[in-house]
Amino acid sequence: MVAEIGQFVLILALVTACFQGALPLIGAARENRPLMRFGDNAAFVQFAAISGAFACLTIGYVTSDFSILNVVNNSHSLKPMLYKISGVWGNHEGSLLLWSWILALFGMAVAFFGRNLPDSLKARVLAIQGLIGVGFLMFILFTSNPFERISPAPLDGNGLNPLLQDPGLAFHPPFLYLGYVGLSITFSFAIAALIEGRVDPAWARWVRPWTLAAWGFLTIGIALGSWWAYYELGWGGWWFWDPVENASFMPWLAATALLHSAIVVEKRDALKNWTILLAIIAFSLSLLGTFLVRSGVLNSVHAFASDPARGVFILIFLIFVIGGSLLLYGIRAPKMKGGGLFAPISREGSLVLNNLLLSTITATVLLGTLYPIFLDAFTGAKVSVGPPYFNATFLPLALPLVVAMAFGPFLAWKRGDLAGIVSRLKFALFAALAFSGFLWWWQTGTPVMALLGMGLFAWLLVGSVLEWAERIKLFRGPLANSWKRMIQLPRSAHGMTVAHIGVALVILGITASEAWQSEHLGVMRPGETVTVGGYDFRFDGAEAITGPNYDAIQGTFLAYKGDNKGVYLYPEQRRYTDPPMETTEAAIRPMLSADLYTVIGEADGDGGYAVRIYHKPFISWIWIGAFVMFAGGALSLSDRRLRLGAPGRAKRASAVSSAPSEAKG
Amino acid sequence: MKLKFLVPVLTFAAIAVVLWYALFNLNPTEIPSELVSKPAPEFALEPVPGYGPGLAQADLATGKVTLLNVFASWCAACMAEHPFFMELKKQNVVEIYGLNYKDKPDAAAQWLDRHGNPYARTGMDLKGRIGIDFGVYGVPETFVISADGKILDKIIGPVSKDMFDMRIRPLLNEAGS
Amino acid sequence: MTRKKRRLYFVLAGMIVLSIAAALVLMSFQDSLVFFRSPSDLVEKPISPGRNFRLGGLVEEGSIDSQGVTHRFRVTDLNETVPVTFDGLLPDLFREGQGVVAEGSLTEEGLFVATNVLAKHDENYMPPEVAEALKKSGQWKPEGSD
Repeated sequence: MVAEIGQFVLILALVTACFQGALPLIGAARENRPLMRFGDNAAFVQFAAISGAFACLTIGYVTSDFSILNVVNNSHSLKPMLYKISGVWGNHEGSLLLWSWILALFGMAVAFFGRNLPDSLKARVLAIQGLIGVGFLMFILFTSNPFERISPAPLDGNGLNPLLQDPGLAFHPPFLYLGYVGLSITFSFAIAALIEGRVDPAWARWVRPWTLAAWGFLTIGIALGSWWAYYELGWGGWWFWDPVENASFMPWLAATALLHSAIVVEKRDALKNWTILLAIIAFSLSLLGTFLVRSGVLNSVHAFASDPARGVFILIFLIFVIGGSLLLYGIRAPKMKGGGLFAPISREGSLVLNNLLLSTITATVLLGTLYPIFLDAFTGAKVSVGPPYFNATFLPLALPLVVAMAFGPFLAWKRGDLAGIVSRLKFALFAALAFSGFLWWWQTGTPVMALLGMGLFAWLLVGSVLEWAERIKLFRGPLANSWKRMIQLPRSAHGMTVAHIGVALVILGITASEAWQSEHLGVMRPGETVTVGGYDFRFDGAEAITGPNYDAIQGTFLAYKGDNKGVYLYPEQRRYTDPPMETTEAAIRPMLSADLYTVIGEADGDGGYAVRIYHKPFISWIWIGAFVMFAGGALSLSDRRLRLGAPGRAKRASAVSSAPSEAKG
Repeated sequence: MKLKFLVPVLTFAAIAVVLWYALFNLNPTEIPSELVSKPAPEFALEPVPGYGPGLAQADLATGKVTLLNVFASWCAACMAEHPFFMELKKQNVVEIYGLNYKDKPDAAAQWLDRHGNPYARTGMDLKGRIGIDFGVYGVPETFVISADGKILDKIIGPVSKDMFDMRIRPLLNEAGS
Repeated sequence: MTRKKRRLYFVLAGMIVLSIAAALVLMSFQDSLVFFRSPSDLVEKPISPGRNFRLGGLVEEGSIDSQGVTHRFRVTDLNETVPVTFDGLLPDLFREGQGVVAEGSLTEEGLFVATNVLAKHDENYMPPEVAEALKKSGQWKPEGSD
């Protein structure tokens, strides 16, 4: 029964979405207020309907209803409840349902929070959201129905895949989808603006919170995915530049660029066409990523080989959405008027540089991701583009970006004073050089790249803090005065500082863990001790253990430094039976200064075991940094919401507001 | 000057054309070429208990086109194609042999008890050795076997009705006419 | 500064960044395109010793010889065979008779020295999310399936 209800409300949602995609557009064109207002109600109904469908599927999972094929394939009665629930979106059909649900949720949020939006803009935004919803709901209903029944119902499900039963992986997709779908809102705003033929600072103010939210969620989603890879896969890597990762990284890069260019539109009414284009591209890259991952075109074997219909559907959808919106852009954008002038050395100029570099990086990642398909299509040669390509293109382009990150915030709008900034940043430069120099002296033989990375870390960290201190005039007067200034500083300014510091921390983590990683690989016998990265690892032997649905060999290591007691680490080599599968469970001791990482492998039949031990300095900071970036975004977002809720206070809250505000009270 | 605004859409058009081509013409799951139109490898296997007779290389040269389906009780996707095979058996469209891959005898028998048996013969490849000779990469896989016991084609993943009509039926008709 | 002149600066900056990027792409493509070869392909289209590529096929039955963490085995596609040596921990799914993709290069003597060995996960057809996960893990590199 539950499945039938779910199916029914999904169809209801599709019908609603069709109306939501059509009526408000007509209403906006004819200035018919009731038709425009229809979008609000439709957005509510669509959200309610998809929530119902999602609830139905969840009930199916929670009650282990094995008459639903999707539950059979992805769940099992013995699964812990958490993974029964995460199983709802841990598969193709369910994840699409989650996509649509978030889409409808955000659509409703626009309807609800967008009370101060002009009627026509709001109607058009909701209509575009509705049309995207139509595409996804049709995709679900026609090719990927999660409510398909199976008869006869089997006694139990098949979905006990051990790799998927993991908290990191359970919450990695929802965050990514929140990010992708958040970008759909900025996309809808961009298309609506193209239809209206008007972009102004007010438009940018409405778009920016959505971009911020999407960016924040993507940051967390990507970080969770890489963290999962790091601890679950057992070889210490955390980023592989594979197509699946690139599919989420490209929208992140584009969203980062959009975040910065929207500021220029907001404050200076410039870069409008470019910002619109970026909003389209950011969402397009999200869709393209979905296509690449699910269509079977790229590196995919089994996933979709049996159902080419899905790939065809997504590709047609892509052509409609991306092709249509870019065509609209090509027709309408030339009519858009450019805005304020600015000198190359200015805040705007630095943000242009930021955008230039970020979009170039995005393009090189896209090229590397698609190149195997192109080469295969044209020459039939099978290649893979590996990490060397991405490292060789990404790092040199990211370097000037980080250098400029410290400069940019110091520059004034319109026309900046480079000489003055250099003098103010000399402390950061000094810190970078001193830090690198110290490391060079302390750790002889450190590679140049590592010194460069650590220098960049110090540069960006000190530069960001200096800029913040400058704003609140720290140590340039009574502390009370600084405190007052700090309170009055808009949260978005704090947010920027925090996010930039987050980037610095990520650089620290990456550089330190790459440059000073120590590794031991070899056969160890019980009682033997090796020293890795200053820690002694004593191997106490290994024993066979039995888990709920697996057998394992569990090794015991004692890691200690000097005289302290040390910690025990228990890496496992698991052998699941149903389905047959082996996994490596690394044992990790995360610390702020370094991670201790142990893996146990095969027995050599002579009492010894193959083991791998890593000492990875500062690697946790990669994820701490990502979280700090997210926190910066959230801080900035809290500021925006304040201003959106009370536009009257907008002037006082924003540091620079040269452009006239068009927000309606 | 206006043309520059069309650069994005043209770039996308180029990408879309290649993706379209790739979607239809590049198949990363093609059969290892060295197996096509070669005789099936040599083997002789015991049947799944209660689901005899067993299966051997000689049994594949039947004088008509047959299917060799690689399945396992632990395989989720096998259940997806199973009802379709039952249907094929009911309508007597084609004879299907089951190669039970890396399974346990009683688990396989239970699975067939519960879901029905579409196979004319079954063979248990307990350690997956025969699978290697066939170049099995995963389950389910389905080989189309010619009248004289040669491998005509291999289908990776569950066989759906569309897949059957597209890849298998032409081979059946060809042999029948 | 005139409007035109400003514009010129930005266009110039754009050109410089793009050309640097293009140069980087071209330079790194030279070395980092990793070709995929099966043992038979390797006979048809040989790859010079020292050049990095991916070798894919099945681990030949009974060919594994492990001394501690040094492993020797042969990769076959049922036609041709290539001997491989690898120092390190083999992936979970590495087994005789299973699909494998090894990344590395050939020595003058025709021995493939692997720097990385990826077993192809192949027990079941996975939902894409699992496949994604496994792809990330490097345990399942499907380019090798042809």
